[in-house]
Amino acid sequence: MTSPPTPTTPTIASAGTEPARGNPAPLHYPMPRQCPYAPPEEVTAVRAGGAVPRVTIWNGVRPWLFTRYEDARVVLSDPRFSADKSRPGYPLSSAVALAETAVTPTLLIMDNPEHDHYRRLVLGEFTVKRAESLRPAVRAVVDGCLDRMLQGPAPADLVTGLALPVALSVICEFLGVPFEDRELFRSLTHTMNAIGGTTETAAAARQELQEYLECLVAVREKHPQQDFISRMAVKHLGTGAMDHERLAAMALLLLTAGHDTTANMISLGVLTLLRHPAHFTALRDGDAPGLLAGTVEEMLRHLTIVQRGIRRIALEDVDVNGHLVRAGEGVIAAVNVANRDPRRFPSGEDFDPAERAHGHLAFGYGPHQCLGQSLARVELQEVYAAVARRIPTLRTAVPDTELRFKEDMAVYGVHELPVTW
Amino acid sequence: MRVSLLPEHCVGAGHCVLSAPEVFDQHEDDGIVLLLDTTPDAHLADAVHEAADLCPARAILVDAPGGTA
Ligand code: SF4
Repeated sequence: MTSPPTPTTPTIASAGTEPARGNPAPLHYPMPRQCPYAPPEEVTAVRAGGAVPRVTIWNGVRPWLFTRYEDARVVLSDPRFSADKSRPGYPLSSAVALAETAVTPTLLIMDNPEHDHYRRLVLGEFTVKRAESLRPAVRAVVDGCLDRMLQGPAPADLVTGLALPVALSVICEFLGVPFEDRELFRSLTHTMNAIGGTTETAAAARQELQEYLECLVAVREKHPQQDFISRMAVKHLGTGAMDHERLAAMALLLLTAGHDTTANMISLGVLTLLRHPAHFTALRDGDAPGLLAGTVEEMLRHLTIVQRGIRRIALEDVDVNGHLVRAGEGVIAAVNVANRDPRRFPSGEDFDPAERAHGHLAFGYGPHQCLGQSLARVELQEVYAAVARRIPTLRTAVPDTELRFKEDMAVYGVHELPVTW
Repeated sequence: MRVSLLPEHCVGAGHCVLSAPEVFDQHEDDGIVLLLDTTPDAHLADAVHEAADLCPARAILVDAPGGTA
């Protein structure tokens, strides 16, 4: 393999004894951030110290916390770690995460061979070339949303004025889901991802969206159009490779993940560019090849909006670069901290589009790595470029200290971003 | 250098195409990786190694036995 050799992680002899060496106080994970633009200092300190501590999460489960880049890659790609949230002892990120097991499962919680079976049925829709072919349509959506925002009054909220409409339009158009119902999708997704909610409310929201999409699948099967749901219905329902329920669950995953994560990357990314005016100006003026793609890659690495780590459970004993995880134990890959591991990324804590951020874990790693990542890259490139070019005078309309960051959501971002120009 | 694939592992993330478009493509129909060149030129070595390292499915083998070209 081509990976650089990794230093050995200190091994904790018995997985049952705790706390970990050099870490006397038990860590509750996740803890609040000290700075809204950086992961919690305690987690960064764990990475710097090189230990793999056991942490306590909301329901008393005590998974291992992996913070180093090379360790996170093993956790996310070794097939002996399962993503099945219904397994007893799974380190769920919150009560609402359990709702994913209450309704038809999506790819997110499937293991192989089931996962690859369903993923491969839709892969052809998500190639780099397919995403590139959607670029003109994405650009038109971005320009339309920017036109409307700029014609309206300033200050405006960039979240509701740009980030959400762009992300929802693109995914609705791609899937063939009516954009008129976007407020329903947004609010149901919010209920599914608000970590203070209950399993029951999140499951009810998920069930409602699942049923909505099952109806839509049935309609598109009879009257196919030029969209993902129609194409997949025509291709796979007849052969039995997929049924209505599974296709609806696939659409649910793409609709919710596809707009919420992208919208958060748009608003938090624009805020990051405003905080780094030289890079904002460079996007407007610069035409160096790769500048835009490099900026987006670095933004993904630097922000890593999956803020509560990606979690798995060990099916067998696994040696993670010298650290033994026993069968049945939970693990968390703190991708936001691993993505700032200076052993892998020279820019570390900084935002520096000049560094090559390729290989970051913002889309995950291993078989579950984000299916829609090529489309997400195109969207983010188009939005950041259009904002830098069309609104060079853009600035936040409130002091940064008044921004409400999404500590309370599964995916990080800002609740509102008041801007003026 | 010799490149080979384990296409049955591919999850279609497309890093290979982004890293080394001269060597890798994705099948239009099913999205699975395609090898355009089994013995790429030396000037592509870094890009091919990057593709192999970034591939989340470990589906790209460089100078290793056992893959299917
Ligand atoms: S990077 Fe790996 S998983 Fe992704 S398309 Fe290429 S071979 Fe397949």
